[in-house]
Amino acid sequence: MDKLDPVALGVFVALFLFVTVVGFFAGRWRRGDLTQLTEWGLGGRRFGSVVTWFLLGGDLYTAYTFVAVPALMFGAGAVGFFAVPYAAIAYVFMFLAFPRFWSVAKAKGYVTGADFVRGRFGSRSLALAVAVTGIVATMPYIALQLVGMEVVLAGLGIHGEWPLIIAFVILAAYTYASGLRAPAMIAVVKDFLIYATVIAAIVIIPAELGGFAKVFSAVATAKLTLPADAFSNPGQFSYATLALGSAMALFLYPHAATGVLSSSSRHVIKRNAVALPAYSIVLGLVALLGFMALAAGVKAMPQYADGFARFGNNYAVPALFLQMFPSWFVGIAFAAIAIGALVPAAIMSIACANLFTRNVYREFLRPDCTPARESQVAKIVSLVVKGGALVFILEGQTTTAIELQLLGGIWIIQTLPAVLLGLYTRWLHPRALLIGWIAGIGSGTWMAAQSGFKASVYVLHIGGVALPCYAALSSLILNLIVSYGLSAVLNATGTKRNDATLSEDYA
Amino acid sequence: MDGRQKGGFRLVHLLLIVPFVGCLWVPFYNRTLPALDGIPFFYWYQIVWVALTALILFVVYLAEGRE
Repeated sequence: MDKLDPVALGVFVALFLFVTVVGFFAGRWRRGDLTQLTEWGLGGRRFGSVVTWFLLGGDLYTAYTFVAVPALMFGAGAVGFFAVPYAAIAYVFMFLAFPRFWSVAKAKGYVTGADFVRGRFGSRSLALAVAVTGIVATMPYIALQLVGMEVVLAGLGIHGEWPLIIAFVILAAYTYASGLRAPAMIAVVKDFLIYATVIAAIVIIPAELGGFAKVFSAVATAKLTLPADAFSNPGQFSYATLALGSAMALFLYPHAATGVLSSSSRHVIKRNAVALPAYSIVLGLVALLGFMALAAGVKAMPQYADGFARFGNNYAVPALFLQMFPSWFVGIAFAAIAIGALVPAAIMSIACANLFTRNVYREFLRPDCTPARESQVAKIVSLVVKGGALVFILEGQTTTAIELQLLGGIWIIQTLPAVLLGLYTRWLHPRALLIGWIAGIGSGTWMAAQSGFKASVYVLHIGGVALPCYAALSSLILNLIVSYGLSAVLNATGTKRNDATLSEDYA
Repeated sequence: MDGRQKGGFRLVHLLLIVPFVGCLWVPFYNRTLPALDGIPFFYWYQIVWVALTALILFVVYLAEGRE
């Protein structure tokens, strides 16, 4: 059994209370009229380079990332490291495309990716498809943040459901009150804690374990690199496609779009594409914690047996910290992870709320609603979304959440033709894009189903060659073929289309 | 305005292909040697490429100027 450690718990609770105060105070920061959706849901598009760096860092590198990536390394070895090249090349996409997205959104008052699709292609159904994809892909992601929090709470020796409920009620309250300003301010605290934790971990733990060579010698040779035989090998091709597909999907997620749109200029986005990889380096070091947990041998230790039994390899990092750090620093490290769950959970719920309000409520239910009403609906939806995620996890549906999150990556990438390519061309026909989206969702889901939703890699057989490919990428290719092919046909029929945007809106 | 469309394509953008090759050409880095301070090649190579990707983006950012 885990014992309750008063020092670790005290530090943890103190930090948690501190960010709660910060969260409620945040609404007054660069005060705006929170009855407007762009103020509540995008922080008034006023965040400069530094705040955006913290906000997006807190948004994209979630608690679940910091728990699950080393857990994958701990269990599967080298393959888990795909998160690192993924977190490098994602910024090339951010740098190239998302300043355009920001500009057109600013010019036209768009709050979501679906808003843009609605304006660009003049299609309500395509915009609805994009919005629903975003909401459905994001909700399990919120649930997984709770898993990250649950794991560290268990590590602290706190059991039962109430701490998780309290944490989420507090989160819901300050998100409701302060909107995007709350996670933006809390992200600053979170990132300092994360950096402190990671630097301490990377300095102290390998030294205590006898150096990096010792750490890596604890890893089975077969797991130290990917399976080695040339082109037919399953590991290498799937590794590259996982990294590429994930990188293409990342900025299509609504919470990434929300972070991007809240910045004060397109230059802020470009500067952040240059500066955010600093977090990816941290992520690479965090991934290595999985191997350090192997070297420390925490899995065989009786005091962590309970945690591993409940959370599987997700308990590797908490166990490692408990084993290697003094109590007070365990408190800091666990607070970093728990607060690291609050930031993305808040942004994700705001992003879902923006999507629902703009692209479902105002578009289909109440086209004549006032801006104040719009903002109020978004606030309520953010509560509903978080409540749903909480119930999901408390009901013990963690495995389902993981499977849905895996599917979420496959689904969200299907919005790439409409959202990302739409930034460059209006040639694609909205009906073709919608059918392409259906083809992508259908084929991607089918491929994932073949593994019982356990693996996102599906082996394609092309001309006698077996090619294991990330299902998001192969289904996206089908989506693109359908979108382009049908656009050629539908454009030939010459129906008139409405593009609300002008080319100068994108610069 | 210098006649070029703001935010348009320039030759310097071709540099952005480089991270894809560096990060995704797996057969090149799927090895343990040479190790760096005990860290196998596979791992330090990819972490170095995160930094190189940022550097390349920085170069492109500077080359674009303030538009």
